Amino acid sequence: MNANSLFGIHEQALRLHDRRSEVLAANLANADTPGYKARDFDFQAVLREAMPGRSLPAVALRVTNPRHIAVAPLPPPLGDLQYRVPEQPSVDGNTVDAQREQAAFAENEIGHQATVRFINGALSTLRRAIRGE
Amino acid sequence: MSSFKAFDIAASGMSAQNLRLNLVASNMANVDTISSSIERTYRAREPVFQAVMDGLDPTRPASGVRMLGVIESQAPLRKEYQPDHPMADEQGYIYRPNVNLVEEMANMISASRSYQSNVEVMNAAKRMAVSTIDIGK
Repeated sequence: MNANSLFGIHEQALRLHDRRSEVLAANLANADTPGYKARDFDFQAVLREAMPGRSLPAVALRVTNPRHIAVAPLPPPLGDLQYRVPEQPSVDGNTVDAQREQAAFAENEIGHQATVRFINGALSTLRRAIRGE
Repeated sequence: MSSFKAFDIAASGMSAQNLRLNLVASNMANVDTISSSIERTYRAREPVFQAVMDGLDPTRPASGVRMLGVIESQAPLRKEYQPDHPMADEQGYIYRPNVNLVEEMANMISASRSYQSNVEVMNAAKRMAVSTIDIGK
């Protein structure tokens, strides 16, 4: 039994929750920046891609001539950021809706807490097994 | 670790909103600063924010916000005919700043709300970081 199978998807989920908090914090910090477009990523889709064994193929450059310089395949992009579809963009081109971003941030925090509890549960199971309770 | 990056982003937002609030305070303090020439009259100042991008990589989120600069309002100054005023020019005119108090009040509330939402982000990031640190306790 290794740590990977112990925590399962939750290790990746924890990392993604952290990343999403970063993206949403950037949206809220730029709530008054002219021309700023709110961004986010599809948590479920990115998590599905991050599941073990479901990794995307590496991105390679197409070679049409043998004299092209060989470039090592790049790692697949993790969690492409998308632009939020604005409901009411402001005149200065800003698409941040502070209420929506705050709701998304709260949701992300709850998801993070849930993931932490799952990991703690797995750890306490392991501890109980070690103690032989 | 990215939890700490959210702190930096929220801090940049708080600092930007604080600067905006400073400009509002400066505008409101100078609302009655009278001058005897157009060039020397105080003009309402407003910040221009810019998102700080993390390199040119479009897959990364902005790493905060910063103040690009301060613009002075180009709205016409208020010219008043007051020949008895000690600051009046040769023609008897004084110039009042183009500060709009109502706009400044609205700006002040908007800045303080934005500041609050950045504080909330920081608190939430703190809770998340603490719960991550406490894993396995």
